[in-house]
Amino acid sequence: MQHAHADTSGASHGTLKSYLTGFVLSIVLTVIPFGLVMNGTLPRSFIIAGIFLAAVVQILVHMHYFLHLDTSSEQRWNVMAMAYTVLIIAILVGGSIWIMYNTHIRMMDDSLMAGTPAAATASASRNAAMPDMAGMDSH
Amino acid sequence: MTADVLTYPAHADHGHDATATQTFGFWLYIMTDCILFASIFATYAVLSHNYAGGPTGKELFNLRYVFGETMFLLFSSVTYGFAVLAMNRNARNQVVGWLILTFFLGLGFIGMEVNEFTHMVLEGHGPDRSGFLSAFFTLVGTHGTHVSFGLIWMAVMIYQVTNKGLTTPIRSRLMRLSMFWHFLDIVWIGVFTIVYLLGVM
Repeated sequence: MQHAHADTSGASHGTLKSYLTGFVLSIVLTVIPFGLVMNGTLPRSFIIAGIFLAAVVQILVHMHYFLHLDTSSEQRWNVMAMAYTVLIIAILVGGSIWIMYNTHIRMMDDSLMAGTPAAATASASRNAAMPDMAGMDSH
Repeated sequence: MTADVLTYPAHADHGHDATATQTFGFWLYIMTDCILFASIFATYAVLSHNYAGGPTGKELFNLRYVFGETMFLLFSSVTYGFAVLAMNRNARNQVVGWLILTFFLGLGFIGMEVNEFTHMVLEGHGPDRSGFLSAFFTLVGTHGTHVSFGLIWMAVMIYQVTNKGLTTPIRSRLMRLSMFWHFLDIVWIGVFTIVYLLGVM
């Protein structure tokens, strides 16, 4: 029992300072994106880049100051498992968005195939099948 | 006494190994949970503009309200950190105090979310309204369900620390709940960025 405080290896190296630092940084990195969107005067692309950057930095702040992940040898397998997870997530999310975006363009946007007989036929048959959407193609 | 000297280090080593193994095993569970959330995030990203003539995020979301939810969760992350620091000092009553505070901050978050969901459903903007809303309720609801289970776990830990003290297994459980709780706060960063902030733009 005397050794109990040493039994929490790998995840308990936080100090009061690390939690407070993480907390202040997280507040700042939350206020910035909410402020950017609620203010709304900056260019849209700038705001989108800003909120994603703030999110990524805040996730790193949480991992460092709250979860205490680092590259020390005792954490090597934690980090390895996480690196593999990040790879899977990149394939899963990136692949889904890529495929579905392309499918969406091919299904819905006739401007890509405008003028081809296939487009006219596809458009006509779809409008026949879904008359309530007939107006959508004529933009 | 000789027996004590001989067996104590072996016992201590065993306890250390068990905790390290449990911590790593729980970390692997969290990684699989990350992949679950990534799948739901991908689904949301694909469906997020399929309004089917229904309301958009801009009409539904109140950013001040979401900022309040975010603060509840962020404060609860830090108070849980203070519970872990108290555990490392063997301050049992402080551990219980910080855990109770964390519990109520988490409960505040869940209360706000349940209130938001109830209003949306009562106004006819439930998960059956559009693809966007199906994905919204699935993603935000899955996160809320995780937080709710974290609250149940925290209530059990408050009971155990109060009645059994800071034994090695209980310390190990507190560390795993710490990982789970901080992980849920990280997922929430993704939720408020992709669902709420991007949704009102």
